[in-house]
Amino acid sequence: MWKRRDEELSAKAASPPAPEPVREPQPPAPVKPSEPELPRGVAAIGKSVKIKGQIFSREDLYLDGEIEGTVEVPEHRLTVGPHGRLQASVKAREVVVLGSVNGNVEASEKIDIRKEARLVGDIKTGRIMIEDGAYFKGSIDIVREQAKPQAPQQPARAAAPATQAAPVPQAASVAANSPGEPKR
Amino acid sequence: MFRDRAKSAPRHGPEQKAAPGSGAALASGQVYSRRSHGLAEFFQCLGNQPGLSVLDWAGASQANVNFITSLGSRLYSEDFYQLLEMHFGPGDWYRAQQDPARAERFLAFTLEFAPGSFDGALLWDMLEYLAPPLLEAVLARLKKIVKPGGYLLAIFHADEHVELVPVYHYRISGPDSLLLSLRAMRTPAQLFNNRGIERLFRDAQALKFFLTRDHLREVIVRR
Repeated sequence: MWKRRDEELSAKAASPPAPEPVREPQPPAPVKPSEPELPRGVAAIGKSVKIKGQIFSREDLYLDGEIEGTVEVPEHRLTVGPHGRLQASVKAREVVVLGSVNGNVEASEKIDIRKEARLVGDIKTGRIMIEDGAYFKGSIDIVREQAKPQAPQQPARAAAPATQAAPVPQAASVAANSPGEPKR
Repeated sequence: MFRDRAKSAPRHGPEQKAAPGSGAALASGQVYSRRSHGLAEFFQCLGNQPGLSVLDWAGASQANVNFITSLGSRLYSEDFYQLLEMHFGPGDWYRAQQDPARAERFLAFTLEFAPGSFDGALLWDMLEYLAPPLLEAVLARLKKIVKPGGYLLAIFHADEHVELVPVYHYRISGPDSLLLSLRAMRTPAQLFNNRGIERLFRDAQALKFFLTRDHLREVIVRR
């Protein structure tokens, strides 16, 4: 098999040079979208959306619009996108800020303020990350996780892992009321 | 260390007389480490009890946040220099600072806190960029918002005859060390000698000076 191919190649080399094959125009390389791609399972509010009221989410939430009111994502991550403008108090397990937040932020686990982000308000959190270039004005309270008191010796039955999630006060995934122009 | 660097590096321009050895020739963004006995003394004076409130005018940085919160203190972060730029720039800063309405807006935005909100304040070298009337107003506000017995750390350039001084980002890298990176060169509103600093804090209970090798005076003020 290899021999035959070699022969073909030498034949080709001996023959006069063939005209350059006309290359078909290549389709343009796919342009990367400028917006970050959202992982699955993340509720998102786009940059052209304005909401005035309360937002409560039981899944990860990505906000890239204008929000005025309160945002609660108690068990999950809240990401304020680069176009996001929040005039709101925020409570979440984890908060990532790429846009602008004006209001107090409570993140039970951590808050991540990225370069170009702007946060004016008081922060209460377990951990904080601030990139150089971020603008922050406000206080930072690091809430140290209290060492859980040793539970009294329980029978073996009670020691089994409890997997049931803590009850969540509201059922709505994303609830917004009275949409309207936020004050700007 | 800084003195050697300044000797070997070129000046910014013939008309610019910069603070010798104080980082005038540092490239923007470059980071230098320096010892700060004033910083060490400041936190020593504040004590070890958790729950203290510290005002930091250096602007939020991971280093300062980590250091101050690791002591169990609550940090209030403010980029004072950026706020000055925001309120009084561009143009003639010091003339703009003398406009009472603008100065009042600046004070309301920057120093509106309940009396006795802070146990300590890290002012860095920001007092040098305030025109006299605004400087007096800022000191009056500081007096109100820092608890009696609280501490201030201020830094002043020791050479009183320079036209330009380096404005730094101050990052705390250890109990007695700072990382400095140059953010701008600016003409100060006024430079102070020891007597001037004493007059500035004439109501303070105590002052302690630290003259450093890089021509900066660190001053601890007991409110």
